[in-house]
Amino acid sequence: MPITHPNLHLTRLAGAIPAWSGEIGPDDLQPICQNVRDGGGRLVALWGSDTREQGNGYALHVSLVNEAGLICLSVPLPADLPGYPDISQIFPVANRMQRAAYDLLGIYAHEGHDHRKWLRHGAWHGGSFPLRKDFDATQSRTDEADAYPFVQVEGLGVHEIAVGPVHAGTIEPGHFRFSVVGEKTLRLEERFGYTHKGIEKRFESMSLQQGTKLAGRVSGDSTVAYAWAYAMAAESIAAVTPPDRAVWLRALFLERERIANHLGDLGYLGNDVALSFGFAQFWILKEQVLRNNAALFGHRYLMDKIIPGGVAVDLTEPGKRTLFEECAMLEHEVRVLRGIYEEHAGVQDRFIGAGRIEPKLAARLGLCGLAGRASSQAWDARVQFPCAPYDKLDVQMATYRNGDVAARVIVRFDELFESLRLQREILTHLTHDDILSAPLEKLPANGFGVGMVEGWRGEVLVAMHTDAQGNLTRVHPHDPSWQNWPVLEHAVIGNIVPDFPLINKSFNLSYSGQDL
Amino acid sequence: MYQLIKQIIKTGIKTENPPQPDEAMRVDTQRLQEDILRLFGNALNIRHVDAGSCNGCELEIHAVNNAYYNIEGLGIKFVASPRHADMLLVTGPVSRHMVTALKRTFDATPEPKLVVAIGDCACDGGIFGESYASCGRIANVIPVDVVVSGCPPTPTAILQGILTAISTRK
Repeated sequence: MPITHPNLHLTRLAGAIPAWSGEIGPDDLQPICQNVRDGGGRLVALWGSDTREQGNGYALHVSLVNEAGLICLSVPLPADLPGYPDISQIFPVANRMQRAAYDLLGIYAHEGHDHRKWLRHGAWHGGSFPLRKDFDATQSRTDEADAYPFVQVEGLGVHEIAVGPVHAGTIEPGHFRFSVVGEKTLRLEERFGYTHKGIEKRFESMSLQQGTKLAGRVSGDSTVAYAWAYAMAAESIAAVTPPDRAVWLRALFLERERIANHLGDLGYLGNDVALSFGFAQFWILKEQVLRNNAALFGHRYLMDKIIPGGVAVDLTEPGKRTLFEECAMLEHEVRVLRGIYEEHAGVQDRFIGAGRIEPKLAARLGLCGLAGRASSQAWDARVQFPCAPYDKLDVQMATYRNGDVAARVIVRFDELFESLRLQREILTHLTHDDILSAPLEKLPANGFGVGMVEGWRGEVLVAMHTDAQGNLTRVHPHDPSWQNWPVLEHAVIGNIVPDFPLINKSFNLSYSGQDL
Repeated sequence: MYQLIKQIIKTGIKTENPPQPDEAMRVDTQRLQEDILRLFGNALNIRHVDAGSCNGCELEIHAVNNAYYNIEGLGIKFVASPRHADMLLVTGPVSRHMVTALKRTFDATPEPKLVVAIGDCACDGGIFGESYASCGRIANVIPVDVVVSGCPPTPTAILQGILTAISTRK
């Protein structure tokens, strides 16, 4: 058992990762969360569901993680007063998730200290909740101007800079409100929700197969991670094990997604400190990876190649040789480029010390994924909870403790080399059976399953609930950006405004993934 | 510095030939006159607007700037403000939360202007469709000249869409 508590009875879920589920009363929520927190655990995701059709009220769902695995708690809430105890004092990252759960479902945290809306702007009015089963889209329409009270910073010479939602570069939309004195940032406040396009509601009307495509488009840059987490959740409900070759290919796709994104980021990080050479070079390498993806698997970003039960595409023997050659080429080229970055005084001057998050703050705020590892937060689902085939791969986690832009660059380089090593291992171990997927057409009724995958940005979680007919009744995709966006607000404090694009890029977080 | 220069020389020139314009991408009601299109010639400024995409199309718009496609080599560049732009490159289904921002960006772009919708969602709403939170295709919110389908469209297709918009009608 991952944790013990007198009122908590956990059931082990089937599936690729160690996960348990259990139901608790609202009064036990805070003590159990505190228990997990005291043991060094973290909050991964928080969402709600409408269970009134099953004769209940609403339910709050909380996924916690500790060294044993994932702990998925459900808290039934009465339909007339769906309140629960605030857990943002225990896990600060819960703040935005609790606000989003209110905007979408109308369940709320008692004593929550921040009651501002989060995902709702003006698309639906305050008294209606899209994820309620009786939600009426036409009745909820509003043309109210959107008002959002930012925290004001007062003092001599303090002024605000408002940026977005349409940004200066090719970036997703979001709003940043800087309070500055001269060039120095005193405070940054983020306001998101601009790309909210109703993904979770959309899942409710989809079959398992249609949902696969949608899951792969929650955040396009992490399509493999989402598709795998979605498939893992479905396989967990149905207790289906994908064939051996399929899991090796999934890992190959996931590492290729990491390689492509890290190459792209390293290029842009060079570009953001005026070394356009870095952009040119790294994006040549990234393009070669994408072209190999297209030639071998039929899609540059590997969209729709992972399906519940297995994979939709195979790798040929000549394709294998192409990838071995690609590995050798990339290892050589990236080594040369790393040397150039490290010896370039101008680059290092901008990288070192910018946007620093001390390990202690990172632990307090729950910083995760790549950015977390650059601030000594040693979490990597491939290492702690190695699902097949990672249990045979012995992944070496990259960590660094400086927590600045330079550290996030170093972790990217280290992970890039590790992913190339893993790709080689995977290609060597790839078994030769012909079966690419196990049959998985329909899910059992009233099931709950969860999948978690270490994407290039951090851990991606997909939780899935089915109704009495075995249809999808609630799917919640969770992006690690929920955890890391609030930490970016801390990272820029005291830095000059022109360093914001650099610091922001060093985290490279998703808007679409958290706006849903 | 030696390593850097050596690497540039070793890399050489990667740029490939640009694609030809494709009339099939043109939406019937293109609003511009041929002579105005000719004016954009070899100096086109583009403002990208993500109106609610999943970030997939953005990856390919970034790729259009890499050495293989080298869009700047064709005299086309991405600018930081709609005030400087001749063309809007719009992705996404338009989320309802982006309607105002998209309309304002369109209004801030000086005439004559072109709009190219990038990706399946921008063409017809894609997998997100129309809902309480999504208005579907770009043309539901602002006028569109050229559409480029694909999920996401390849850099070549994006380049082709841009070139189609600025080429004169045959």
